[in-house]
Amino acid sequence: MMAEQDTLRTATFPSGIASVGLGTVKRKIPADEPPPLPPNAELTVIGKSFPRPNGRAKVTGAARFTVDLSLPGMLHGRILRSPMPHALVRSIDVAAAARLPGVRAIVTSASPDDPATATLRYISAPVAAVAAVSMAAAEEALHLIRVDYQALPFVAGMQQAREADAPAVHDSATAPAGHPSGFPAAADLPLHGNVRGPSIVRRGDVAQGFAQADVVVEGEYGTQVQTHCCMEPHAILADWRADGLTVYMSTQFTAGVRQELAEAFGLPLTRIRVVVDAMGGGFGSKSSLGNYGRIAVELSRRARAPVRLFLGREEEQMDAGNRPGTWQRLRVGAERDGALTAISLVSYGTAGIGLGAGVGNNAETLYSCPNFEGAQHDVFINAGPGCAMRAPGNTPGGFGLEQAIDELAEKLSIDPLALRDRIDPSPARREERRLGAERIGWQRRWAPGADPGAVKRGLGMAQSLWGANVQTNAACEVRVMRDGSVEVLSSVQDIGTGIGTVLAQTVAEVLGLRPDEITVRIGDTEFPAGGPSYGSRTTASVTPPARTAAWRVQQQLFREAALALNAAAEDLVARDGKILVRNDATRSLTFREAAARLRTDRISAVVSRSDDYAGFRRRMGDAALAQQDLGGVQFAEVTVDTDTGIVRVERVVAVQDCGRPMNPRQIESQVHGGVLMGLSYALFEDRILDGHTGRMVNPNLEQYKLAGPRETPAIDVVILENYQGQSATDAYGIAEPANIATAPAIANAVYNATGVRMRSLPMTPAAVLGALGKIPARS
Amino acid sequence: MLNTTPEFIAKAEPDGVNSPTVGPDAVPIAMQVNGVTRTLRAEPSMTLAETLRGPLGLTGTKIACNRGACSACTVWLDGDPVCACMILAIDVGGRSVTTIEGLADGDTLHPVQQAFIDHDALQCGFCTPEMIMSCAALLEHTADPNASEVRAAISGHICRCGTYPHVIAATLDAAKVRRG
Repeated sequence: MMAEQDTLRTATFPSGIASVGLGTVKRKIPADEPPPLPPNAELTVIGKSFPRPNGRAKVTGAARFTVDLSLPGMLHGRILRSPMPHALVRSIDVAAAARLPGVRAIVTSASPDDPATATLRYISAPVAAVAAVSMAAAEEALHLIRVDYQALPFVAGMQQAREADAPAVHDSATAPAGHPSGFPAAADLPLHGNVRGPSIVRRGDVAQGFAQADVVVEGEYGTQVQTHCCMEPHAILADWRADGLTVYMSTQFTAGVRQELAEAFGLPLTRIRVVVDAMGGGFGSKSSLGNYGRIAVELSRRARAPVRLFLGREEEQMDAGNRPGTWQRLRVGAERDGALTAISLVSYGTAGIGLGAGVGNNAETLYSCPNFEGAQHDVFINAGPGCAMRAPGNTPGGFGLEQAIDELAEKLSIDPLALRDRIDPSPARREERRLGAERIGWQRRWAPGADPGAVKRGLGMAQSLWGANVQTNAACEVRVMRDGSVEVLSSVQDIGTGIGTVLAQTVAEVLGLRPDEITVRIGDTEFPAGGPSYGSRTTASVTPPARTAAWRVQQQLFREAALALNAAAEDLVARDGKILVRNDATRSLTFREAAARLRTDRISAVVSRSDDYAGFRRRMGDAALAQQDLGGVQFAEVTVDTDTGIVRVERVVAVQDCGRPMNPRQIESQVHGGVLMGLSYALFEDRILDGHTGRMVNPNLEQYKLAGPRETPAIDVVILENYQGQSATDAYGIAEPANIATAPAIANAVYNATGVRMRSLPMTPAAVLGALGKIPARS
Repeated sequence: MLNTTPEFIAKAEPDGVNSPTVGPDAVPIAMQVNGVTRTLRAEPSMTLAETLRGPLGLTGTKIACNRGACSACTVWLDGDPVCACMILAIDVGGRSVTTIEGLADGDTLHPVQQAFIDHDALQCGFCTPEMIMSCAALLEHTADPNASEVRAAISGHICRCGTYPHVIAATLDAAKVRRG
């Protein structure tokens, strides 16, 4: 083993928030890491808004999504789904379906002989599936499958499910188990009836904290079920052949799906390839293989032919995941000057038959408070399982917490921003509050309900916090070919965020090239594993190894160029497509001339993500949590028509941080997405489950109402440059933190406009009129 | 060959007595797509969207809801943006169909396409081709639109990534470029 001084060196990194003033931080870093990357102002490519390498394909219709793919001899898969919210399958007869011309394979997901699968627990749970030569034949075959269902008692409402005599959705053998990481829910929690938990977090002594408090606010908050509504449905094209399995899939994690396939089908990783080119949105719902993915592969295995299977919109709405609904009770105590003394949180949420209906950690961690107690519960109901959706937990949790803090500020007669300056330890959010207040014109804010007239204007704000996740085994390869062409390769997938652009920028910055000179090859497990595109971790995970790989390749290239230039390799620099001798620009080679001197057809480096230079806060398998958090502050300006109950969001100012911003315009795009998904959550979206039938009554895209262009406010995006000296790029994620604060900011603005607090979502006209006392409030 | 022009269909008796009976098997169809006459066989139940994506191989037109709620299948029919999932292929008749694949002039992108790239008016890109068809159609009849007219033009589109602000900026910019 080498001594530490041989493997580590000390390097000085930019540190701090650019708009406040930058300092430096010294880090001990591995000797084979590239030198510190200067702040964006000193760079030519990183931090600039270059267009996407696949932009042209996407605007011409040439981009190939999974639903667009076909293979010779391809069959079409369709799934027969449960018509009942809770039923026992007594028998399945597929004989008639099997005889239908064109049917090539049938699989059953529910087996009467297997207690583990004989019970169906939600409407649209897979029962069986067919692969046939046409969609029509597959559809017809589904009608020929005879299933004898024995209806079982069911429960479709969370309150009813909590009652002692409610029908049990699971028993201890079938209830999902949770996970040691705590996501989607903690492991080893008790199950009482349909209630699993509580998952308890304690700090200090809340009873003592509340006893010390001068002021206490208490409120109950409710959030609805939101569905992902990816425009491209969940889709897979599975091609099982004797020599291996190729799967084309609309997925957020090619390498993860490959791992799942290996385990499910007993194949070595070397025999499985997972590919995604263009990918039409995931938002958390395309993170894994899924029941439909496993079905499609099994159909292909049995039919010995490629099988394409994608979900219809109704299936999307009912069995492709959702953001769980929640009920929360929050108590917050503070001293007269605003210092928090205690926070207590009790929550019940439902992810249908699944887990993960907690409300996150914002109440626990966003503000300084010595005493905290949280007790979170999952409640099972007979509905499709929830799954991660853009900032799971913290989005519903933020809706409650940030209104409670606002309410506290009012009770203390302290401005909401001033209160947060008092209780929020984050220097980034302090600056975000300052910048945002200036942009929105916070000084205009008036007393709640003080705006005269029927249409009342209001201003509100809210904050968010999200962990800076890193995939510790994310990897990337950079190749320079002898003709001077360069490519960057990784299995990482571009789900719309533009990671391809950012990878090209990262490599181009090192090599002194333009981003459009870098060929980006991603979304294929034939390349080094690039990590998942969830948890806002893609940029943080894959850009540092991309820069390091480019730098190592450049070191090789410099050694060749140094001979030609009669200089020392360490005296060379790369810029503007050239390799030059530092301090003597007359001695140079073009990048292409240097590459032509290579003795092999290519040079290449494969690099895995190094640990953050200051270490991680926590590790969970291949994932880790960086020392610093991500977050943001959002401001909303709304009008509320107190005659119609219509809330209009006129303007949102979103001030966010993501470490080093790599591509400001792409970041702006993602923040728009986060804000609009949050606005849509605040005002419109609602999965409506009929308690009498257990059926979703709006499983489409018109009765499930989404914010559209007419509901889109002016959105000002302000991005902090927040350097920490943590990696070769010091870049982190943006997608999820941009979603959390929108709904509570709107709710706080509605309160400012009307003087009435909206404690449950969505804030529909009926809900607003009910809260205003103009119509009877809905239960 | 069956006469499936809209004029013919419009003239058919309301009770269907004189309507042609076709299907369920495939029937021959000819239609003008991106300036070229395409002949194919399609079942009468096939929508224009399915026909474009399947037999004609024009997968730039997407199907996301298949019931006219999201506009992901927008094409031009005689220059008007329509949902191709709400039209049967046999009802297209003599009208000309323009899809995203037919919008650019050879290798030269339509100004709206170029502006979408420049403004990053796309994320996942699934709704993008159709959003472009609606914005380009707007510029055909409104050379100098304001933001509210762009909003109206794309009001039937659903983009879950939230590209609307950049789409509006891109379209206003493309209008400027087009006016020269």
